[in-house]
Amino acid sequence: MRRAEIITAGLMALLSIYLMYKSTELDIGYIKGEGPGGGFWPFWLAAGMLLSCVWIAINWVLKKSPPSQSDEKYLDSYGLRMLLLVGGGVTAFIAMCHILGFYGAILVFLIYYIRFLGRHSWPATLAISITTPVVTFLFFDIAMRIVLPKGYLEPLFLPLYDFFF
Amino acid sequence: MEILGLLMDGVFIALDPLNILLMLIGVALGLFIGAMPGLGSVNGVAILLPATFLVPPASAMIFLAAIYYGAMYGGAISSITLGIPGASTAVATTFDGRPLALKGRADLALVTAAVASFVGGSVANVLFTAFAPPLASVALDFGDPEIFALMLLAFATFVGLGGDDIPKTLFSIFFGLVMASVGLDIMTGEPRLIFGDITGFMHGINFLVLAIGIYGIGEMLWTIDSTRGNLTMTEAVLSIKRILAACRESIKGWKGTAIGSFLGFFVGILPAAGATPGSLMAYGVTKMVSKNPKEFGKGHVGGVAAPEAANNSASTGAMLPMLTLGIPGSPTTAILLGGMVIWGLQPGPLLFQTQTEFVWGLIGSFYISNLFALIVNLAFIPLFIWMLRMPFTVLAPMIFVLSVVGGYAATQDMHDVWLMLIFGVGAYLLRKLDYPVAPAVLAIVLGPIAEPKLRQSLLFSSGDPMIFLERPISGPITVIAIILILLPLFKLIRDKLKGKKAAAG
Repeated sequence: MRRAEIITAGLMALLSIYLMYKSTELDIGYIKGEGPGGGFWPFWLAAGMLLSCVWIAINWVLKKSPPSQSDEKYLDSYGLRMLLLVGGGVTAFIAMCHILGFYGAILVFLIYYIRFLGRHSWPATLAISITTPVVTFLFFDIAMRIVLPKGYLEPLFLPLYDFFF
Repeated sequence: MEILGLLMDGVFIALDPLNILLMLIGVALGLFIGAMPGLGSVNGVAILLPATFLVPPASAMIFLAAIYYGAMYGGAISSITLGIPGASTAVATTFDGRPLALKGRADLALVTAAVASFVGGSVANVLFTAFAPPLASVALDFGDPEIFALMLLAFATFVGLGGDDIPKTLFSIFFGLVMASVGLDIMTGEPRLIFGDITGFMHGINFLVLAIGIYGIGEMLWTIDSTRGNLTMTEAVLSIKRILAACRESIKGWKGTAIGSFLGFFVGILPAAGATPGSLMAYGVTKMVSKNPKEFGKGHVGGVAAPEAANNSASTGAMLPMLTLGIPGSPTTAILLGGMVIWGLQPGPLLFQTQTEFVWGLIGSFYISNLFALIVNLAFIPLFIWMLRMPFTVLAPMIFVLSVVGGYAATQDMHDVWLMLIFGVGAYLLRKLDYPVAPAVLAIVLGPIAEPKLRQSLLFSSGDPMIFLERPISGPITVIAIILILLPLFKLIRDKLKGKKAAAG
C-alpha cells in the first residue's frame, strides 16, 4: 500500500501538470472587457490538483494517511486475478462491440462471465445470455429508437427492422 | 393554504396512469437495487438514467425518485438477513438488525425497518413541502456571485464534514471540475482540453460517463474485490399474522423513528452528508438518549428504527437544495440534477415558477411513492429475500452490460464508452487508496454551472474577487464556506495544543 500511495500521487501530479500545460493553450489571465480567459478556470483547478498531490506526498513522508502506514499489498493475488479476469473481460467486451456489435458482444461476454467465471450450468448460462440481448434490443432499438452499433452482424438485423417498422 | 392547493394538483399529476406504473416499477426496482449488496440508490439512478429517455422528463424524474426511495427501504433487507449492508445508507441498520435476525426475529427487524422508513419518509415529505416554496422564493433574488458562493459551500462541506482524507477529497473535487471543463469553452466557444486532438472530446465529457464509470464498473470491481464471494444468509419466517404482530411490536422503537425522521432530514440537506452519515448519527443519538443504551447492538428495535427512518428522511432532505437552489444534497441527487439539465430543465429557484407542474408533480409523487414503497416492501419481503439468493456472478455481468449499454445510449459515441471504462477502473484503483469518489461526481455536474457564474461575477467586478465577500448574501455564505474548509485545520491545532497540555501536565 505504502509504495502504491506515493506512485499514485506521483502519477496524478504528472496528470495535473499535463492538464495545466494543456489549459495554457487558451488565455489563462484576465482579459479586459471579457473577463477571465478560457484557460483560467481549468488552469487553476489543475494547479489545485497538483497542490493536493503535493499535500498527499507530504502526508506520505510523515506517514499520516492510513495507506501510507499499511504494509498490506495494494493488489493481492486475488485482487490482481480479479482485475485481469473481470476488468480484462469488460475491456474485451467493449472492444468486441466494434466488431460483433453490442448484441453479439453481450452474448459472448455473458457466456464468458456466467459460465467460465461463475461456473454456472450451461442451461442457466444460455438462458440468461440469450434473453439479455433480446430484451436490450427490444428496449433500445425498438422502444427507444436508440440504434446500438451492430458491427459485422448488421445484415442479420435487417429482417427484424422490416418486421417492426 | 396556497401550498396545499398546489400539492393537491401535484398529487393528481402523479396519479396519472403512466406515472403510477413508473412509480410501482421504480420502487420495486429500487427495493431490489437497495437490497443487493454492492448496489445502492446512486448506482441504480446512474445506470438507469439513460433508460428514461423513453418517457417525458417529469415522468422520468418521478421514476428515478421512486428508485431513490425504494433503495432506502431495500438496504435494510440485506442488512438484516445477510448481515452486510445492501447499501452504504443501511450500514447502521446492521448494528441491531443483524442481532435481531440471529435471535430468530428477522421478521420484527424487517417490519420495523419498513414502518420506520415510511414514517421517516412521511415526516420528511411534510417538511419538504413546507420549506421548499419559501426557500425557492428567497433564492430567486440570487445573482451569479450568490450561486457561485453556494457551490463553494457545497464543496466546502465535503472538505469540512466529509470525514475523508482532505487532500484526496480536494483532488477529487478539482478533478471532477477539470473534467467538466473539457470540450468547447462555454463562453467563447473555443475548443479546450482536447487531449491528443481526439474529436470525441469536442462534445465534452458527459457527467453520466463519469457517474456510470464510477458507480457501475468501478463499484462492481470494488464489490467483487471486497466481498470475495463470502455471504451467509439468515432465513426469515414470515406470515401475515407475524407481520401484524411485528407491526405492533415495532412501535417500541418510536423514539428512534422520531429522532431519525427529523435529524435525517436536516443532515440530508447538507451536500456532503446525505443519507449515510444521517443514519449513523440518528443511531448514535438514539442510543445516547435511550434509558438503557446497553441493549443497543444486541437487537434493540429502536436501533433498527432510527437509521431506517433517517435514511429515508435524508433522501428527501437531499432533494430540497437540489430543487430549490440547484445544489444537490447527495451524490444521487447530483445525478438527478444532471438528468434535469439533459432534459432541458434549468435547475434552481426559477423551476418553481416556470415548471410548476413538473415540481409539484414530483413533490406529489414523493407522497405516493413512499406509500407504494411501504406496501410493496411489506407484501414482497419473501420475494426480495429469495432474489437475494441470486449469485453475484450473475448480477455483476448484468450490471456491466447495463453500464456499457447505458453509457453508449447517453451520448451514442463509442469514445465515451472507452472513457467510461477508464474512469471505472481508475475509480476502483483510487478508491483502494481512500480517495473519495462522490465529490468528483458532484463536481462534474456542478462544474458547467459554476464556471460561467464565476467568470460573469469576475467580469462584473472587473476581476476583483472581493465581490463574493462584499455582497450581503454571498458574503456570509462565502465566509461559512471558508470556515468549513479551515475546520480540519482548527481541529489539528486544537489537538496539538491538547497534546502539549497533556505532555506538560
